[in-house]
Amino acid sequence: MSFEYRVTGGDFTHAGYASSQVKKMLKQLGVESTVIKRVVVCLYEAEVNIVAHAWDGIINVDLDTDTIVMKLTDNGPGIADIEQAMQKGFSTASPEVREMGFGAGMGLPNISANADIFVISSEPGVGTTLEITINLNSAAV
Amino acid sequence: MKIEEICSVLNGELVCGSDKSQRDVTHAFASDLMSDVLTVNCSNLLLITGLANLQTIRTAEMSDIDCILFVRNKSVTPEMKKLAEELGMALITCPSTMFRASGELYRAGMKPLF
Repeated sequence: MSFEYRVTGGDFTHAGYASSQVKKMLKQLGVESTVIKRVVVCLYEAEVNIVAHAWDGIINVDLDTDTIVMKLTDNGPGIADIEQAMQKGFSTASPEVREMGFGAGMGLPNISANADIFVISSEPGVGTTLEITINLNSAAV
Repeated sequence: MKIEEICSVLNGELVCGSDKSQRDVTHAFASDLMSDVLTVNCSNLLLITGLANLQTIRTAEMSDIDCILFVRNKSVTPEMKKLAEELGMALITCPSTMFRASGELYRAGMKPLF
């Protein structure tokens, strides 16, 4: 199964919609709750990142009986130093984003901690792509 | 601790989920930082926060949290209430600061996560 969701930068009213839809779908499919939690934490953090930092983005979710692969591609400022961005506490978020309860430099580390495979690539001035893979049949990372 | 007891201890108001007043909550976690909330793993958890916006509700959804206590008289907007109703959540508001609310609930038997 494949699904696509569009995300608009700055639209905190709808941030989390895609993650919510994926959560409902995985529940309906009977996926174990601890696995669902890892999937939605990864996806929600990544979705909020697009809303917080990019102009727009697309989320592609591919699901089979063993794995879920979530690819998030945004048009945005990109990340100049990915290693630095992966450090807990590092953030370039605006004060407005911080007022929403995010932007403390925990998003990418949270994704990394919950994903089985996490690949991030970015081109400054163009955008960032995250590919997150989670094994649906294992409860723990 | 039942939700109605939480309201009683804090002079709080159950503004969403009136049918959930008998629901039991065993642990509490206090934070205004949503990424922090996303790191917790616990069922029957109460989120205590001063951050009142739609993303608070969304974050609770992703974290499997069914009950949120908003401190410092924070207002629950109609949009927040609508989303919380759809998700079957209970929302409580109270006049206390986060520190006082956490202290009063701890004294009344609410367990911390760590």
